[in-house]
Amino acid sequence: MAATWFGRTERQALLTPIVDNNPIAVQVLGICSALAVTTRMDKALVMGLGVILVTALANFAVSMVRNHTPGSIRIIVQLSIIASLVIVVDQILRATLYELSLELSVYVGLIITNCIVMGRAEGYAMNNPPWPSLLDGIGNGLGYALLLLVVAFAREILGAGKVFGVTILPLAKDGGWYEPNGLMLLAPSALFLVALIIWLLRTLKPSLQEKD
Amino acid sequence: MEHYLSLFVKSMFLENMALAFFLGMCSFLACSKKVNTALGLGVAVVFVQVLTVPLNNLLLKGLLVEGALAWLHPSLAEVNLSFLAFIVFIGTIAAATQVVEMAVDRYAPGLYTTLGVFLPLIAVNCVILGGSLFMQERDYTFGESVVFGAGSGLGFALAIVAMAGIREKMKYSHVPDGLKGLGITFIVAGLMSMAFMVFSGIQL
Repeated sequence: MAATWFGRTERQALLTPIVDNNPIAVQVLGICSALAVTTRMDKALVMGLGVILVTALANFAVSMVRNHTPGSIRIIVQLSIIASLVIVVDQILRATLYELSLELSVYVGLIITNCIVMGRAEGYAMNNPPWPSLLDGIGNGLGYALLLLVVAFAREILGAGKVFGVTILPLAKDGGWYEPNGLMLLAPSALFLVALIIWLLRTLKPSLQEKD
Repeated sequence: MEHYLSLFVKSMFLENMALAFFLGMCSFLACSKKVNTALGLGVAVVFVQVLTVPLNNLLLKGLLVEGALAWLHPSLAEVNLSFLAFIVFIGTIAAATQVVEMAVDRYAPGLYTTLGVFLPLIAVNCVILGGSLFMQERDYTFGESVVFGAGSGLGFALAIVAMAGIREKMKYSHVPDGLKGLGITFIVAGLMSMAFMVFSGIQL
């Protein structure tokens, strides 16, 4: 049975979205929240976990009901499944990590309209059985979380000299030597960093480049 | 009055949905290749935003917050349903866009051809849901929510039209291969976002 549980399609569904078909850098999905929660790594990690959970379970659920959903109302069916899952994630966050959930503010709720969740439900789960859909959801969530963590790492260490809130580069104002780059904590730097990541990825893989 | 004006300017420039909060980035990047398309999407966003933020405000204050159901029965005075806000908001938004789409199709076919294609897209636009969520988080009154809806919608429209204008000009410039398309668009958005930061500190 092991072969059929983790055959070629399943492995592909799980692994390609992590780098080769990264939801943010390649498919251009779910940019909104990716940029806003990356000022600190702990925020990015929690957000990434939330998205993995919602994408995986939403894909699974949408795929389970895919043969019973009329085409004309599929969007609203998907939205209500996703919204219910996001409510669960939000309530769990409020119960366990209250401070962090306040800082993430509206962005947890915005997982509902995160294009990754909708895009994968519509693009993959509607046409595939539940098990590969679940894996595809986990894979895409992981790809999203990975990119979030990379951006957050750059922003936190250059902007505040810290990683996960632990000081790595001692700041000049606390007697160290590192003069923090304040721009890294502001909105524009996230856009520049994602642009650089995309540039790097597309230079390494010329097949991804856009023709004009 | 001054308070409303200040909120309007703040939601339009200072706290621009697209450039300060990164909301609606997906459509911001996807629909900003031509000025006409961007304008169509911008108008549709303003339209739906002005409609749904106040509507959601009424639903939230009238049905969901603690004590809102007291009019139904005194024993319901302690019921707090605000955890249902997400699903109520997204339901309202999906329904509102559907109704608007049908109404526009029926009564203004000319407008439908420019606006219609964007309306279904807007149901899953983060700007719209984000607007309602900010309204809940900041506890706006009904009047404030109307002003906030208009301001944030216009701010998004302004940003996406400006972006489209820049991208149309950019066709004639030489961009490195790896940056073509998406990459350079991100950099332009970053520069615009820096430009919009100039507005911070403006107080009316």
